[in-house]
Amino acid sequence: MKYLPFIFRNLFRKKTRTILTIGSIAVALFLFGLLVTIETALNAGVDVAGVDRLIVRNKISLIMPLPFSYQDRLRQIDHVSEATFASWFGAVYQEPKNFFPQFAIDTDTYRTVYPEFEIADDEWQAFLADRQGAVVGRVTADRFGWKVGDRIPLQGTFLSGTWEFNIRAIYDGSRAGDDESQFWFHAKYLEENRTWGKGMVGWYTVKIDDPDQAVTVTKAVDERFSNSAYETSTETEQAFAAGFAKQIGNIRMLIMSIGAVVLFTLLLVTGNTMAMAVRERVPELGVLKTLGFGDMTVLFLVLAESLVIATVGGALGVGLAKLFTLGGDPTGGMLPVFYLSTGEMLMGIGIAVFVGLAAGSIPALTAMNLRIVDALRRV
Amino acid sequence: MVSIDGREHSDSLIRVRNLNKVYRRGGETINVLQGLNLDVEKGEFVAFMGPSGSGKTTLLNLLGGLDTPTSGTVTVDGDEITHMSGRHLASWRARHVGFIFQMYNLIPVLTAFQNVELPLLLTKLSKAQRRQHVETALNLVGLSDRMKHYPRQLSGGQEQRVAIARAIVTDPTFLLCDEPTGDLDRKAAEEILDLLTELESKHGKTILMVTHDPLAAKRADMVLHLDKGALVEAAQEAAAS
Repeated sequence: MKYLPFIFRNLFRKKTRTILTIGSIAVALFLFGLLVTIETALNAGVDVAGVDRLIVRNKISLIMPLPFSYQDRLRQIDHVSEATFASWFGAVYQEPKNFFPQFAIDTDTYRTVYPEFEIADDEWQAFLADRQGAVVGRVTADRFGWKVGDRIPLQGTFLSGTWEFNIRAIYDGSRAGDDESQFWFHAKYLEENRTWGKGMVGWYTVKIDDPDQAVTVTKAVDERFSNSAYETSTETEQAFAAGFAKQIGNIRMLIMSIGAVVLFTLLLVTGNTMAMAVRERVPELGVLKTLGFGDMTVLFLVLAESLVIATVGGALGVGLAKLFTLGGDPTGGMLPVFYLSTGEMLMGIGIAVFVGLAAGSIPALTAMNLRIVDALRRV
Repeated sequence: MVSIDGREHSDSLIRVRNLNKVYRRGGETINVLQGLNLDVEKGEFVAFMGPSGSGKTTLLNLLGGLDTPTSGTVTVDGDEITHMSGRHLASWRARHVGFIFQMYNLIPVLTAFQNVELPLLLTKLSKAQRRQHVETALNLVGLSDRMKHYPRQLSGGQEQRVAIARAIVTDPTFLLCDEPTGDLDRKAAEEILDLLTELESKHGKTILMVTHDPLAAKRADMVLHLDKGALVEAAQEAAAS
């Protein structure tokens, strides 16, 4: 602690350079924060997927439907405790850019299979009582300024026409990564008003009573419907979500690559700053050693400067990224789960600390190994 | 009594025996110090003179534990420093040696107070105790009203007085001064020499000073000349002339 004033005085002997270096680190860590947030958003489904849920879809493609009659047959399979279904609706609100996921759901079973979504009971009852009722996630409600009681017209895409809904409930996710952008309405309302595809649903979600039986149940489901007109492809919800994320490429690899480049650049920037700082102060370091400062103390003083620069820059960058993500999804619905977790913030600051230590290590070792008589000769 | 004959003196504070320092530059070997002997008692003020390159600063560096000799020994107050490890030597310097340089060598981003406080950061003194020591040292050199000034806000003479305060704040065993008046005008140089003389006479400090200035050397109890790597006694009058 007693060396802190000395460390800070040294940091600000070249204010512009120090501020620019801190700024570089802050920008890099801000970028890191955003990349991690995007990566989290793209893999959100994977991270929060239930271990006790299987997705049953048409074997040909996700966009091909399955018969409504499968629900009861799925329930008869061992270890299946419930089966619910949903259908993709794909409408837009007012204009095409106002896109968000809408599902026609089986209102009798959906909450049983997805207990993580929290809805006030009275609102849920109001939703059940209204065939045109809809439940909307908090993020989408906030995005369009919707509240319970509002009447919302949606413009159909593959199902043409204007579809009217009454917002009866707003749900919240109980976990940090839960998707709060969905819009649910009665499957019966869709069934009654669609002109084609009647008696079909988009996919089933099966809840099993023992996650260890997931493989067995997966096989049993696909065998049950093999050689039928609508063969199925069943997988865990996690595998389904991962496959969905992979459709837009190996995002994790891309982000890791960008992150590595950013880290390397940071090392060069900070390392250069510290190397210059030590080069300029060789005589002063010689004086410190003359006064009795040991090699390790000198090493510590230089490393501490590097650490302070990196940590302040890192905290600033991560803090700015957090502030940015507090504003929610900036893409208008493409990244519904858009947040920077405390763990990821700490990881960012950890990276900054590592950069500080790594970048400062060579200048610090140079300072430590300085011979006093050589250093004093440079006065 | 200062002695250079190498005979044993029981009351020597600083004892140098057969000190050799050889530099190798390329294929050339330079014998800077050759079999040098020196005994200095506590409270003495010794000046070293000699032409540039005669080894004065090298001798001072060896006495202060800043450099290691090729052979020979330096013993200060019973501690033989020539074989100490780097860590022990640093700790020994902090406790026993006060350095005063020609170019003052103050840290420009620290105030006079903070510069003087630097050596005390290595001690276990509390903040309040450090403040007390620093104020005493700055008061002794007549700069108690300049504590918050940065080196750039001080004159050369004042900077050197801050450097002296920094050198004495830990109450070291002896002071090593390398051309302490070399960068000062006559008036400021006289003030610094007055201060050094006072430190010796009133506070009993042992001072070893390298100088080119005969008037500065005149303030010392004994003037020694470095000649061909060895010390030679010189009369005070001769040094002054």
